Amino acid sequence: MRIAFLASRVRAEEKLLLEAYAARGVDVLRVDPRRIDLRVDSLRGGAEWDDVAVVHDRSISFATSAHLVEALESRGMNCVNTSRVIRTCGDKMRTSLALARAAVPQPHTRVAFSPEQALEILEHELGYPAVIKPTVGSWGRMVARLNDRDAAEAVLEDRAVLGNWTHRTIYLQQLVDKPGRDIRAFVIGEQVIAAIHRHSEHWVTNTARGATTSNCSLSLDLVEIASAAAKAVGGGILAVDLVEDPQQGLLVLEVNHGMEFRNSIEATGVDIAAEMADFVLAQAGMLVGGGVR
Amino acid sequence: MSNCPTCEIAIAVPADAVEGEILACTGCDAELEVIQLDPPSLCLAPEMDEDWGE
Repeated sequence: MRIAFLASRVRAEEKLLLEAYAARGVDVLRVDPRRIDLRVDSLRGGAEWDDVAVVHDRSISFATSAHLVEALESRGMNCVNTSRVIRTCGDKMRTSLALARAAVPQPHTRVAFSPEQALEILEHELGYPAVIKPTVGSWGRMVARLNDRDAAEAVLEDRAVLGNWTHRTIYLQQLVDKPGRDIRAFVIGEQVIAAIHRHSEHWVTNTARGATTSNCSLSLDLVEIASAAAKAVGGGILAVDLVEDPQQGLLVLEVNHGMEFRNSIEATGVDIAAEMADFVLAQAGMLVGGGVR
Repeated sequence: MSNCPTCEIAIAVPADAVEGEILACTGCDAELEVIQLDPPSLCLAPEMDEDWGE
């Protein structure tokens, strides 16, 4: 038996994961989604997948992940993460709904489907400053702070004229007055294995935007909320991003299904790649008694 | 060794490189993708797409 590892762009994270599998003596079928020819008019064929016990998806593209993993699941394959989790985490509105269904605390969030209604919500519900986020996207791209009505009108018009169809769903959120940092908790299965603070002078605290990291101790509150958020979206290998609101306490901003972790290993002292690899192998029954079967 | 497709400077592809790995060109800072190991071959890495991320 072997595992299939889906990745086109091999970043530091993918190299660490491949090294973790190699260290465990696991046979890995590397699959570049850009070169795949997958039948979807039939669930037969594709003999190269026959001895694959589990699929570890590390595709960098949300569309690729969601479609490819769903196609593989249709063939009965066990995938980490599942397509349901990918679709939920890859769309901020779906994430918010999943968190709401599970009563996981999150910032005040509204969705509008026209710029006019978005302005109404900003003026009468959320107030300023607020944040507008694309429902699909990552690394803080196109996340904008709306300090006042002038800023809101400008950004909403830009998105309406220059944006793509995903910007028709206007996702608005309360700006949380965070203390120069946020928290990322790494949840694997039912366990919160580590967490980091992400520090930045900027209100956007993504490491992709230059935030620095330090270890964050695992308080009971943090473990409880991060676990609940991971469970709410379907569970698996997840990074839960949270903010500390002075009044409301810990709030979940988003849950990431394809987490980056290169800057978190040294800060936390946790071998995150090893934990991920062991979880994936365990899903296929390939990890028994601390060793690979 | 391979050459940057943009500035043509010689790039040493690390011995532990894998296909799909991203390298930074030491001459022009372009992001390069390892598309072949033997012999080493590099191309310009794809530009970031809107649905890329975590």
